[in-house]
Amino acid sequence: MFKLKCDDFLIYDEATGTYSMSPEQQVRDQTERNRWKSTGFTILKDWRLYLMLVPMILVYLLWKYLPMTELLAAFRFGNFQDVSDRPWVGFNNFKVIFVGAEATTFWMAFRNTFVIAFYGLLFGFPLPIILALFFNEVRSNVVRSIMQVCVYLPKFISTVIVTSLALALFASDTASTSPGILSKLLDKISSSSHLHDAVNKNGLVYSLEYFRSIYIITDIWEHAGYDSIVFFAAVIAVSPTSYEAAQIDGAGKMAQMRYVVIPSILSTVVIMLIMKIGGLLSVGYEKLYLLCPDDSLDNYQVAEVVSTWSNRIGGSYTSRAYGIAGEMTNNLIGMILVIGSNTIARKASDVSLY
Amino acid sequence: MKRKIEVSELIFKIIAYVLLIIFSILCVYPLLYALGSTFSSWDAVEQGKVILWPNGFQIESFKLVFMDNQFWINYSNTLFVTFVGTIWCLVYSILGAYALSKKRLMGRHGFNFFLVFTMWFSAGVIPQYLNYQQTGSIMASIVGGSSMYDIDLKWLIVLAMGMNATNIILLRNSFEGVPSEIEEAARIDGATELQILLKVYIPMSKATIATVALFFGISRWNGYFWAYKVLSTEQQYSWPVQVYMRDFIDKNTNLTLQYNSDTADYDIGQATSMVYAMVVLAMIPILVIYPFIQKYFAKGVNMGGVKE
Repeated sequence: MFKLKCDDFLIYDEATGTYSMSPEQQVRDQTERNRWKSTGFTILKDWRLYLMLVPMILVYLLWKYLPMTELLAAFRFGNFQDVSDRPWVGFNNFKVIFVGAEATTFWMAFRNTFVIAFYGLLFGFPLPIILALFFNEVRSNVVRSIMQVCVYLPKFISTVIVTSLALALFASDTASTSPGILSKLLDKISSSSHLHDAVNKNGLVYSLEYFRSIYIITDIWEHAGYDSIVFFAAVIAVSPTSYEAAQIDGAGKMAQMRYVVIPSILSTVVIMLIMKIGGLLSVGYEKLYLLCPDDSLDNYQVAEVVSTWSNRIGGSYTSRAYGIAGEMTNNLIGMILVIGSNTIARKASDVSLY
Repeated sequence: MKRKIEVSELIFKIIAYVLLIIFSILCVYPLLYALGSTFSSWDAVEQGKVILWPNGFQIESFKLVFMDNQFWINYSNTLFVTFVGTIWCLVYSILGAYALSKKRLMGRHGFNFFLVFTMWFSAGVIPQYLNYQQTGSIMASIVGGSSMYDIDLKWLIVLAMGMNATNIILLRNSFEGVPSEIEEAARIDGATELQILLKVYIPMSKATIATVALFFGISRWNGYFWAYKVLSTEQQYSWPVQVYMRDFIDKNTNLTLQYNSDTADYDIGQATSMVYAMVVLAMIPILVIYPFIQKYFAKGVNMGGVKE
């Protein structure tokens, strides 16, 4: 006879030659069997905690996750009129928007999304950093507070008001409407005939050439001041001893900027940049919709982004599935960008937003 | 030892001051322009003579806006939606964030992912719209209506819109920063879960809660797109004021190139001046609250934003 090597959970009885369960193992098995019970008990003990989660979970399920089930329509026959039985068509709707009938407008919208987001990043990202560096120079707390109140304020103005003011200030210079003073001013300063034509036709917002600039300018106006909060916090966190050390070494103002301040805020800058890249494709559709509500307007070709495109084409039952498929593509790419950039941020600096 | 100010530093300082002053002025100029235009004569507005100071003082535009019933109905709708909606969002956000901040919560990572995923991926405009429509119909059928327009859709706006996962994360991070010893002490004194939240956590996270309340409130006050899309023209009495303002601009001024003198209720100059009056009126609540809460939010944003 051979003897099993299993002392830790079985006991060999020499007299009868049989194995029996060791008492320790019996206890272990019992705990294992009762594990769900003890889990249940801890949950039961903290039931108030779980109850607190319920409203939030419910709200998010109903109005964030339930809409996602509608995405299945992207794989069904396009016409929404007949809701009862739309056959599955696989990736046909995607084919239509990528290479088929809707391809021109979809790719135009997709390109615009990228272009607007890219310009927004290029011009909108450095300004808050510069503002933060400048705020650091203002020694008087009162003066700085007044300035900060002024530059944070546009963030809290509604999109409707921002777009209305932009339309009014950059309005056309014709007899029938009140001319916008900024477009008049620009027309006086510059000698460009393009600008002159645009001002005299429908105003700068509704022009093909100048729409993007206006959009970026209003975007900077809205967000630059508020975005500087994070950078300003990083700048004032720089220890005064670092400045003193640099001064003793004979560093002038520029050298202090170059060798003390910039390296100290670099990690914040990198993280914010990566985060901005992550949110690249979620361009605010509300503002673009308000600036270009109709595809007959002149700025349509540069103002249409995927969300507004989806909203427009989804207005008719026949092409609703295309709209869903198109925006889903856009949002999936956006999600990959967010997760990718967040992973990079975490790897690069042990700091991440989520 | 008094340090000598170097030339380069002086130049940099001057540049910083000048550019900051210019930028600050640019930030408030459009708002001051709106204020100046409201009080300017209609001819001056129509001919674009207003630069900053009122040109030909009048307060007729304000009078006209004050007599516009629809505007005030919609204004009160916005007040209602902002007030009730912010409270509703705060209640479920604070409760959820408190639970999520507890290490002993089972499936904590799962719940966090559940929340954060909505920041990464959203279904899109059309699915969201279909969802709101269905929700509206269901809410209507509960109270015995047949279509979603049978109920006052303000309630749909209050319940279903204005969600923001970032705000919940901010709250959660702030709650996580409260030392656990204080919670234990309260527990030993016999405090229940809800008492701990109300008496310990909320008072200790005032700055973040104020910030988050401001964010929720602002997004409620300024919301346009979804309210317009869901209510459309069917339920004008439930419109928020932003939707009304845009509609007024479309109808009565030529700013959106849709002016049609047959359907317009006012002259262009008169209506444009009225738009500025509405802009000023629509900004007043924000301008009143803003200075009080401004000192909180710089702190709140920095505190909760980045987490190791």
